[in-house]
Amino acid sequence: MTALAIVFMIIAMLTIWGGLALSMLNLSRHPEPEEDEEYLADNAT
Amino acid sequence: MSTPSSLKGGPAAPKKRETFSSRKLFILSAVGSAVGLGNIWRFPYVAYENGGGAFLIPYLVAILCAGIPLLFLDYAVGHRYRGSAPLAYRRLNRKAEMIGWWQVLICFIIAIYYAAIIAWAAMYCWFSINKAWDNNADGAGAFFQGDFLKVAEGAGVSFEYVPNIFVPMLAVWLITVIIMVAGVNKGIARANAVFMPLLIVMFLILVIQSVFLPGAAEGLNAFFTPNFEALLNPGVWAAAFGHIFFSLSVAFGIMITYSSYMKRKSDLTGAGYTVAFANSSFELLAGIGVFAALGFMAHNTNAAVGDVASGGIGLAFIAFPTIVSNAPLGSLIGVLFFGSLVFAGLTSLISILEVIVAAFQDKLGWNRKAATLVVTIPVALISLVLFPTTTGLYLLDTMDAFVNQFGILAAALVSVIVVGAGLGALPKLAKHLNRFSSVKVGTGWRVLVGGIAPAALGYMLINEIQTKLSEQYSGYPAWFNGIFGWGMAGLLIVGALLLSLIPWSRSSKVSDPEFEGYQKAVERDEVPETSGKEY
Repeated sequence: MTALAIVFMIIAMLTIWGGLALSMLNLSRHPEPEEDEEYLADNAT
Repeated sequence: MSTPSSLKGGPAAPKKRETFSSRKLFILSAVGSAVGLGNIWRFPYVAYENGGGAFLIPYLVAILCAGIPLLFLDYAVGHRYRGSAPLAYRRLNRKAEMIGWWQVLICFIIAIYYAAIIAWAAMYCWFSINKAWDNNADGAGAFFQGDFLKVAEGAGVSFEYVPNIFVPMLAVWLITVIIMVAGVNKGIARANAVFMPLLIVMFLILVIQSVFLPGAAEGLNAFFTPNFEALLNPGVWAAAFGHIFFSLSVAFGIMITYSSYMKRKSDLTGAGYTVAFANSSFELLAGIGVFAALGFMAHNTNAAVGDVASGGIGLAFIAFPTIVSNAPLGSLIGVLFFGSLVFAGLTSLISILEVIVAAFQDKLGWNRKAATLVVTIPVALISLVLFPTTTGLYLLDTMDAFVNQFGILAAALVSVIVVGAGLGALPKLAKHLNRFSSVKVGTGWRVLVGGIAPAALGYMLINEIQTKLSEQYSGYPAWFNGIFGWGMAGLLIVGALLLSLIPWSRSSKVSDPEFEGYQKAVERDEVPETSGKEY
């Protein structure tokens, strides 16, 4: 492969796969909150 | 089954709406939907044709400025109004219901031909082992059209069936119907939990094998070498926006439907980023695998990569068989490649069908099993009548081209204009997104969805109308494109209007005590002002 193609391959990998890694890291830092309500009961009155 | 009394007498839906049991399963299913045939056979060629490595720039701009913002819009509508596309739009505003039915009908058209391509790919897994195409002296292209599809001369409609396509299509429909009947968690989520890891592992092995083929480096050079002049061409930017738009499966009901099954306190934007980047990550991998293999093909025939590069059906069913026949361990490459197409296709087909199933489930107020069977069996029958024939390829080609442009694209444009400028619903939806989301949306998001997205979609649509009016699509007869292209696309709009005029019965989900409770809870969650990172 030419140097230019390698550079662009690395940039593409860093931005796209890096973007996936960052977004997954962001999710893991915000764990799913517990669901606390039953909406039917909420509206029972 | 169509009398009002039998509607009321249908097996009633349970009071509680189904939900994905975890965030992970939602993300897996949403990625399964977004990663489809287009990621494997469309993206590599689009990127190569539009600047190679330089395409990364418009591509990233399109993801951030249109793809992700539109994905958030779908999530917001589906999650806030917790319904299938027609019901969610109706709850947003009664007049918007028709957009939802339009999306349902678009999904119907896509579903009937998508199953055919999955069936072809399944057959090609088998052909990769026995190399059936080697028996045709004129090559894999002649084998595909002549021996396999037995394509009739000239576009038309024939009812001459090809058993080699009918049988695998029947199998595809049986598997899909079983998954759909099982429901959101036991069917859709479970299928994605099995197929997606399998797809990723198979595809990774394929890519690793491809990059070690002789000539692979030349293929990757062709794919990654940037052509910066391409960036001055508006067509390249339109290609990037168009690709992202179709690739993420935004704005045709799927993401509205899937997000309606998310729990109340979901981090919608955090999940959206992950889905969008996972979709692109797979595409990049596909670009590497496909161009490494094309590099081998060029090396093998002493041609330039540009001469063998192709996309779509030509890449999968003509170029890849040639590679399979000549490469070391070619059968393995074939099974992995066509197997990946099958799994990527199945997980997308499931999501497309779910748009229709959910809509009828809400409208009829029936339980999962009854509503699924009432929807999927007729869809499967229509698909099996029209596509395993000697004219299936023509029909597929025209329907695909027209439903993409004058279905998906047109419906997307109408929906962003109606939701944004028409109903002024974006601030309300932004508030909904911001309740539990790790990335907050603000003015930027409203400008992108309300301004940039309609401008980009409108530009693409006008371009497409001009192209389709200036020449007969694929050189088919005018009557053929007129009925199955223009006529079909027009009929979707008329059908949507008619469906939106049918009143919702008392047993339907339009009056749903669970939703009323949900809505109150959601409104309590809303935070008065945005804080933290803003989109």
